[in-house]
Amino acid sequence: MTTQTEYRSQLHHRQKELMVKWYERLNEAAETGEPPTVSMMISGNCVELLEGFSAVPIYPEVNALQLAIRHQSLEPILLAEELGYAADNCAYVKADIGAYLRGITPTGGKLPKPTLVLCNFVGCNTYLKWFEHVAEFTGAPLYTLDVPFMRYDEPTHADIEYVVKQLKELIKRLEDLTGRKFDYDRFKEAVRCSSEVENLWSRIKHLAKHSPSPFDAYFDAITLMGPLYVYRAKPEGVEFFEIALKELQEKVLNERDDGEREQFRVVIEGPPPYPHFRTFRDMFAKWNATAVASTYSTVGGLWEFGARHDPSTPFESVARHMLEHNVTNRNYLQRYDQIKKYVEDWNADGVIIHFVKSCRLFSAGQGDMRDYFTKTLGIPTLYIESDLEDPRYFSEAQLKNRIDAYFEALEHQKLSHRGIEERRN
Amino acid sequence: MRYAAGVDVGSTQTKAVVMAEGRGIVARALTDTGANVTKAAEHAFHLCCCEAGIDPRDVGFVVGTGYGRYKITFGNAQMTEISCHARGASYIFPSTRTVIDMGGQDAKAISIGADGQVLDFVMNDKCAAGSGRFLANAADVMGITLDEVGPISLEGTRPVKLTTVCTVFVESDILSYLSMGKKPPDILRGVHLAIAKRTISLARRVSLEPDITMTGGVARNVGMVQALEEVLETKLQVSRDAHFIGAIGAALFALEKEDDSFEAEVYGGAVGAVTQPSGRVQ
Repeated sequence: MTTQTEYRSQLHHRQKELMVKWYERLNEAAETGEPPTVSMMISGNCVELLEGFSAVPIYPEVNALQLAIRHQSLEPILLAEELGYAADNCAYVKADIGAYLRGITPTGGKLPKPTLVLCNFVGCNTYLKWFEHVAEFTGAPLYTLDVPFMRYDEPTHADIEYVVKQLKELIKRLEDLTGRKFDYDRFKEAVRCSSEVENLWSRIKHLAKHSPSPFDAYFDAITLMGPLYVYRAKPEGVEFFEIALKELQEKVLNERDDGEREQFRVVIEGPPPYPHFRTFRDMFAKWNATAVASTYSTVGGLWEFGARHDPSTPFESVARHMLEHNVTNRNYLQRYDQIKKYVEDWNADGVIIHFVKSCRLFSAGQGDMRDYFTKTLGIPTLYIESDLEDPRYFSEAQLKNRIDAYFEALEHQKLSHRGIEERRN
Repeated sequence: MRYAAGVDVGSTQTKAVVMAEGRGIVARALTDTGANVTKAAEHAFHLCCCEAGIDPRDVGFVVGTGYGRYKITFGNAQMTEISCHARGASYIFPSTRTVIDMGGQDAKAISIGADGQVLDFVMNDKCAAGSGRFLANAADVMGITLDEVGPISLEGTRPVKLTTVCTVFVESDILSYLSMGKKPPDILRGVHLAIAKRTISLARRVSLEPDITMTGGVARNVGMVQALEEVLETKLQVSRDAHFIGAIGAALFALEKEDDSFEAEVYGGAVGAVTQPSGRVQ
């Protein structure tokens, strides 16, 4: 069932084509050993560097979420639990490991043994173990990049230098593993493509400032995030985001604000419950609520506030991206500030915090975040919990109850204000 | 005379209230929810109409609330129990700024404004600790009825310290205290204090601005009310209709739906938004 707030168009078809093509490339790698592949974490990825080797990224998170959205995540999770993974381990890890061991892939095609398992650990220290396990089970070599957490507003010079040195070491390692020489010009061109894509993506994000927003910056943004991770550093990525921007700009021009389609504007923090994605989305659609911004859509990169890759300093800008320009490596005060800006600049009515049960690292502190927005800033904030991958942690009645109560209160508040205004006039 | 009703289908019991314009509450009815939610709602509603001495067709508007609200086939609209408890508590005690609602399977705290508007709320998640079910389990283990646990707990002078607030594990905790020879009133006092502390820590996440009104079925338990007051060091407002507050709130929304005053526009508008699908997914 297509909900009222959902948007379907050319960009969705193109997105599907691109993602299918990506999985076909991985299948090809599994069958022929070419192209080289590198397992990587989405957040703070250095996909530009891979372009210097014409290597293709494998994102275990994307595989895991694809399984969840297709209702196939429980079987691999249970298998991982049989092996000894605890109930409260990250469910992405369990689904990914279980799927690997059982030979399950999201598309039914093959996934290659990675040329390198690259633990580009930013913010989430679960990855250290996850990627160790991926390397152990696949027999692939492991390289761990140590990216310092953001302690200040900006990374220090030493932080940048430290990451750049590791990137150069990684190049040597990949040259040995692939037998290919690193193509610096291609790397530089990839950084240029990324900066263009970031520019386009940022402009798309800013379109959500319109009322009604031409797209949902949480549920619809997920469609755009796949190409963002896989094709950011490629001309196909630039072409895709040009199409997306044009379509959404036209939507802004052609749609009048009748006050019906979008009755509430919210900012959502935390990833969605992929195993129940449709049900969850419908809980917001029922209230004609649109997410005008989300922190989850900045996991791959935070660009709507001006940051870009820079082809004139390619290594430094990749390092900066890994350190600073993705939400998971940012400290809590920066995350507060990001959400606050969304509420103010994107003119939102409130904030929804979705706590992910099996993601202790990213969800820890969200209780304080709720207090900050509710009590310090006086912004109506709803705190709900389920899981991003494990279908068992989703209590539909409880979630529906909280979401309905939240919008009932917001509606009451809006009607009260309107009534008072009308009386004044 | 214009009548409206509220039906609150809770996890354990279903409550119905009929209100009349200008006369307030005219009847109440209570029944066990059981396995058939729709039937329980119908039964409670019909009982309530009988009690009021009216034909169910005389009731102009019915608002359903509680977990079973979408199963109320004869209802005109649904609202969450959070909005209804806030509205009901504010109607009974207008000075209410915080509602502590303890029901069969959940506990919630609601911060409300001067007009009964919900400002913020928190509920227990995926755990029935601090709910009526916890007390029912404790009563089962001790071989007494749920109605007895509260009064017996008041006799406790040296409350035990429970090592768990898990509704399932409380059983073994109580058994171990019984085998140690602890007195049932002391054990029950400990049970009540454990729940009270847990509930208050939940409620602190919204605010505990006075006056605090307690609602829900557990409010009938004198031991629980006293334990909460002891932990809070303040008196709670508890109506003899505490169990019916959700249904009262629902009936108030239903009554206001037919009214055209400003207040009704505010409250009734919120109800109307739920009832007018206009293409929304229900």
